[in-house]
Amino acid sequence: MSKKEWPLWEVFIRSKQGLNHKHVGSLRAADSTMAIENARDVYTRRSEGISIWVIESNNVFANDSSESDALFEPADSKIYRHPTFYDVPDGISHM
Amino acid sequence: MEDKNILELERRFQEKIDNDIKIEPNDWMPDDYRQTLIRQISQHAHSEIVGMLPEGNWITRAPNLRRKAVLLAKVQDEAGHGLYLYSAAETLGADREETIDDLHSGKAKYSSIFNYPTLSWADMGAIGWLVDGAAIMNQVPLCRCSYGPYARAMVRVCKEESFHQRQGFEIIAHLAQGTPAQKEMAQDALNRFWWPALMMFGPNDAESKHTVQSMNWKIKRSTNDELRQLFVDVTVPQAEMIGLTIPDKDLKLNKETGHYETGEINWAEFWEVVKGNGPCNKERVDARRKAKEDGMWVREAALAFAEKRKNK
Ligand SMILES: [Fe+2]
Ligand SMILES: [Fe+2]
Repeated sequence: MSKKEWPLWEVFIRSKQGLNHKHVGSLRAADSTMAIENARDVYTRRSEGISIWVIESNNVFANDSSESDALFEPADSKIYRHPTFYDVPDGISHM
Repeated sequence: MEDKNILELERRFQEKIDNDIKIEPNDWMPDDYRQTLIRQISQHAHSEIVGMLPEGNWITRAPNLRRKAVLLAKVQDEAGHGLYLYSAAETLGADREETIDDLHSGKAKYSSIFNYPTLSWADMGAIGWLVDGAAIMNQVPLCRCSYGPYARAMVRVCKEESFHQRQGFEIIAHLAQGTPAQKEMAQDALNRFWWPALMMFGPNDAESKHTVQSMNWKIKRSTNDELRQLFVDVTVPQAEMIGLTIPDKDLKLNKETGHYETGEINWAEFWEVVKGNGPCNKERVDARRKAKEDGMWVREAALAFAEKRKNK
């Protein structure tokens, strides 16, 4: 068996003008051109997209999920970043 | 210390599952959960891919251009389903090449239904109506499966499946309302595919060794018998509507429960087919192996070309 497989690619699709590209899945392809063509065939057969990005999966870096509590803790402790933290007297509007 | 750690991880894992929080690829998971999913997802992927063969058999012989375009689109969808599923298995660390080699060596299973031959055009109707119909029953609850990538793949698959069943029903309904010879063809296809379709849901709950654990892990969300019953209840009236007879003399509606009761499924036949002794097991695996081997030079050439271009 040849151990040389086509690399894995992650596929991102913009479903319509005005929306951002969203991850839809992955596929294998020899190069980026083929990855885009395959993504067209696999992920946009029913007009799901108007633009495709592909990126080789080994170029995607992720945080260590076992440490995500510590990583995201600062966001939880800063409730003053939310408008509901503040008292606004009754009668004040447009704020 | 180490054991305590694992117990705590397991407790937190099950807590997530109980609270319907999805498990994602990089999250900690028990090894059994991972292995069970790899087995189930790759079996499912193999079924999509092998499932193209019985229908591929009729693409060049479709009775008209409309039917041909539809069947082609349907079979192409199945290739896509296989890809979504192989990709989902890869997120668990399954090696793609090894996964496929397991199919070719007979180590991995796929749905036993695809080991039956497609003898007439009416079989394209029976397959879409019954086989895709049964697959939908299985797949809809899997959209809520606890493993994120599998659940997301199932959402895409289910969206695409609904046309599969309708195109099959259209074929068989059309034949059932045609000439006596056409009607006979439709009935014959139903006769051959009815029982294998019921077997698609797997052994009875009492015999199904993985069910309890899989339900606790929310890898499986309904039991085999529940899904089979659902399928029978919706399909029997459809057959009546188009004037075909379900090939089961014991079939009757239980007025009290509102459910149909079927005759005994031939489980000996089921296990024979699973073991590799169905009418087409060898033919199917040979066809997959040949496809891989014949396409090898193309894949190697594409890779060589990509490397050459990269180094330029
Ligand atoms: Fe499918
Ligand atoms: Fe299908």
